Amino acid sequence: MTVKNIAERLSLRALSMPDPEREATCGYAGDLLSWVMGRAAEGSVWATVMTNVNVIAVAALADTAAVVICEDSAVPDDVISVAKEKGINLFSSELPIYEFCVALSQVIK
Amino acid sequence: MSEPLQFVFDVSGENFTSAGEASVTVKKNLRMLGFAPDIIRRVAIAMYEGEINMVIHAGGGVATVTVFPDRIEMVLDDRGPGIADIELAMREGFSTAPDNIRNLGFGAGMGLPNMKRNTDSMKIESELGKGTKITMTVNT
Repeated sequence: MTVKNIAERLSLRALSMPDPEREATCGYAGDLLSWVMGRAAEGSVWATVMTNVNVIAVAALADTAAVVICEDSAVPDDVISVAKEKGINLFSSELPIYEFCVALSQVIK
Repeated sequence: MSEPLQFVFDVSGENFTSAGEASVTVKKNLRMLGFAPDIIRRVAIAMYEGEINMVIHAGGGVATVTVFPDRIEMVLDDRGPGIADIELAMREGFSTAPDNIRNLGFGAGMGLPNMKRNTDSMKIESELGKGTKITMTVNT
């Protein structure tokens, strides 16, 4: 399913969506950036509450389809600018990570 | 006879938030050169971990990436404090990173193990008070 469709189905707020047609194939959850970078699959939707700018670098390097910042964790403006600049799809959701993942599993099977 | 393609980056030790610039650039370049996504991902991850390490521990350094016909080689060279016990540093979960770095989601003792896991060879040369040089290769 495309990132844009997932965003619509799960009522995500788009902070940066330079690649709406990107195909997302699975999900990944985690806040330890080194751990995520080594393990999140390419094309995954990555759910986290971390919001520093390194999140964008990790998403770019691991080639995730989208990053979803959960529980309305506040995302600084400069992080959003970097996401746009680097072509990273970045969303926010009010759902806690667990509930977001449960919802995600209903739309990408 | 052509020279191997080489990219050299000065990794600034000043700014933790700009760490990753070199890795992202390498990733872009390798993609343009047509390498397989899995190879690019492994190089990018190993390089980013190395870059982060140089910023956290060594006040920056120089990263050199060379594209050989059969492999990609990354050399990370710094003038930092050196690694006292390499075997211990290689252990997953061991870290000497300060709290402010841990708060950013790093410093979990995953860096060196991640670098090893993503490369086909990794050599660490380190001298206390002089610096550390890490050479990694990914076979293509």
